[in-house]
Amino acid sequence: MGTTDTTASGRSFGKGLGFRKSLMTLAASVMLATSAQAATPSTAEVNTTGLAVTDDTVTVGILHSITGTMAISEIGSVQAEKLAIKQINESGGVLGRQIDFVQEDGASDWPTFAEKSRKLLRQDNVAAIFGAWTSASRKAVLPVMEQYNGMLYYPTFYEGLEQSPNVVYTGQEATQQILASLNWAAETKGAKSFYLLGSDYIWPRTSNKIARKHIEDKLGLKVSGEEYYPLGHTQFNSVINKIKLKKPDVIFASVVGGSNVAFYKQMKAAGIDFTDEKPLLLTISVTEDEIRGIGGENVDGIYASMKYFQSLDNANNKEFVAAFKEAYGDDMVIGDVTQAAYLGPWLWKAAVEKAGSFDIDKIREEFAGIEFKKAPEGYVRIHENHHLWSKTRIGQAQTDGQYKVVYETEELMEPDPFPEGYQ
Amino acid sequence: MKTSSPMKWFVSREGLYYLGLAALLVIILPLLLDPFRLNMVGKYLTYAFVAIGLVMCWGKAGILSLGQGVFFGLGGYCMAMFLKLEASSPENTAIQSTPGIPDFMDWNQLTALPWFWEPFHSFSFTLLAVIGVPVLLAFVIGLAMFTRRVGGVYFAIITQAIAAVLTILIIGQQGFTGGVNGITDLQTLKGWDIRTDEARTTLYFICVGMLFLCLFVARFVQNSKLGRILVAMNAQETRVRFSGYDVAAFKIFVFCLAAAFAGVGGAMFTLIVGFMSPSFIGIVASIEMVIFCALGGRLSILGAVYGALLVNAAKSGFSESFPELWPFAMGALFIGVVLAFPNGMAGLYQSYVMPLEDKIFKRKKVKATAAAEPQAVKPTVEKADDYDPMIDNYSPEKS
Repeated sequence: MGTTDTTASGRSFGKGLGFRKSLMTLAASVMLATSAQAATPSTAEVNTTGLAVTDDTVTVGILHSITGTMAISEIGSVQAEKLAIKQINESGGVLGRQIDFVQEDGASDWPTFAEKSRKLLRQDNVAAIFGAWTSASRKAVLPVMEQYNGMLYYPTFYEGLEQSPNVVYTGQEATQQILASLNWAAETKGAKSFYLLGSDYIWPRTSNKIARKHIEDKLGLKVSGEEYYPLGHTQFNSVINKIKLKKPDVIFASVVGGSNVAFYKQMKAAGIDFTDEKPLLLTISVTEDEIRGIGGENVDGIYASMKYFQSLDNANNKEFVAAFKEAYGDDMVIGDVTQAAYLGPWLWKAAVEKAGSFDIDKIREEFAGIEFKKAPEGYVRIHENHHLWSKTRIGQAQTDGQYKVVYETEELMEPDPFPEGYQ
Repeated sequence: MKTSSPMKWFVSREGLYYLGLAALLVIILPLLLDPFRLNMVGKYLTYAFVAIGLVMCWGKAGILSLGQGVFFGLGGYCMAMFLKLEASSPENTAIQSTPGIPDFMDWNQLTALPWFWEPFHSFSFTLLAVIGVPVLLAFVIGLAMFTRRVGGVYFAIITQAIAAVLTILIIGQQGFTGGVNGITDLQTLKGWDIRTDEARTTLYFICVGMLFLCLFVARFVQNSKLGRILVAMNAQETRVRFSGYDVAAFKIFVFCLAAAFAGVGGAMFTLIVGFMSPSFIGIVASIEMVIFCALGGRLSILGAVYGALLVNAAKSGFSESFPELWPFAMGALFIGVVLAFPNGMAGLYQSYVMPLEDKIFKRKKVKATAAAEPQAVKPTVEKADDYDPMIDNYSPEKS
């Protein structure tokens, strides 16, 4: 920028314009040049802890599963993070430096995640890590991040009960995702009884624990059943029979991964129609990505509670979806986690620039209140507990595999990873 | 091996192989690698314990276990439980609804420590359990299977089923086991922070020491009469039985031995990696362990160590160099090795390197002995003392 302006002013001198005007141009170019200099402070100044920062580049890490069972989910996150990095680079980088990234494969294997994160922090000295998807992989990476003082930007909606100084949670925690949707089901749909079911690991169990407390204690309604199935389970006939018997108003589902395909197909085959008012199926685990696997016709009419849907109607999102499709093809779909992954590099950039430094400790001081106005979900802000303020939205699945937004909270919901009275 | 002096053994051909491995693990790798990489080598070595056990159990005695991950996992979980209790002191867990119990129990609404966790407050009990629990399970399985003369493919399938059952059990009982997350965030061993570089390096050397201990136990067994019976049993089980030997007892013994090695490996793994999870004990992990052994050479305990090192190093290397394509590279490696060298690296070494070595070795040896102490040479004893590949690598196909 600086150079262009200097030549422009030089040319204007040559053309013999008025003295006053050329003086102003000169002053402007000097100002621009100094401001450009201020934007690229010296490396010694912005990196006092030996991170991989040079005068022109800064290196970050991307750590997701691109092989193994989780690859199907995590590839969207990788794409979103790379897109954000590319866009940031095109807009001038971070503190005047272009972002380089080192990508490692967690291989859907938690110890590999730990090992690779150690490699990224110890060998590559990355300034930030964008990655992990399952809670298991995050739990494996966490001690490493704390030991070597790294910073992880974690994109998945999750169970809460955690707040690490070395993690920024860009997805929702359980209360943000659940409470508003249960209120909505009770108020708008007049639901009286709920049937909770999920895959058998910590996220569905904790989510259902919060849901049960809210349904029974806050709403004064009934939970008519609660069941769990092992990951990868594909036989849901017995639960379908119980649902038919107990006739709950709402099936609150947190079945994950491949089990979803069997679950929704078997529900449909058993004659449960989600386009009817009852039972109403409310899921917290089926994003647009999963629908691609399940098939739009099998989830027609179900409701999902997330903070983001690809169909969100706002200018930021339209720009994001267009850029994503341009980069990765028209048949791509974008789910909630993919969007949350996209936020990571942008929030990191904002934090670095606010702190004026790549040093993790300095950045950490600045997290509270950092915002990203161009977020596809509308607007986000980091809470001092390292989670994001966000809206909760309810979408109804359409046969084309997209969600139609039917409800959203008016205000941003405050993240509350350790909810009082819900544990 | 009879009454040879230790010194003499060290300069024998077999002794040199052990010295070579020791030099590699104790001197060369620690000098070449930074603490991070050395720690990874330590992790690979923990799999070598399992591979040595598999050589004894599968290579020698012909009992193919596709469930070694179970024993690895039990050893690892025992150690992890001790470390987790230490990391869950009431001060560390003050934020929980029930302080003083591991965090995952708190998430799962447990309000008291389960009874079977209690003994793991004791370090000596943990050390006993690391070997005792896997051996006990192996004994029960062995007793049930071998006294009924269940063997071969059936045994392999049953061990695999046990691996599946244990994984499902651990994942399902997450309040007691940490579920699919495993037992994470382990910090100290009796107050010693195991996460620092120094601690990791120390643990590496402890691991190497334990590995050599296991190698010598395995070597002792394979060179004893017991080892010969195992090999005989592999070739002609009925003949051994009719000669009056209790075949089942021998099989149970070697299976328990392999389980003990795997348990030690698992415990070292937990210490070196810093956590334990069901992903190392399931079917895939167990089959991988067989691959380490097969690639190294299923008849050679040293080959097994190299196999575990090589496969895991390749895995890390490939996945760092081509994160998107590395599983294909690994697949190609396995297929290539199996097609080209069915007896693994040890077989490859034997057919190509050894004859070469023989030429150099023998010529030198004759010269040296002739010059130094001409009349002390007793050719027959020398021969018995020497490493005899035919015995170590006896395989039924050759008979």
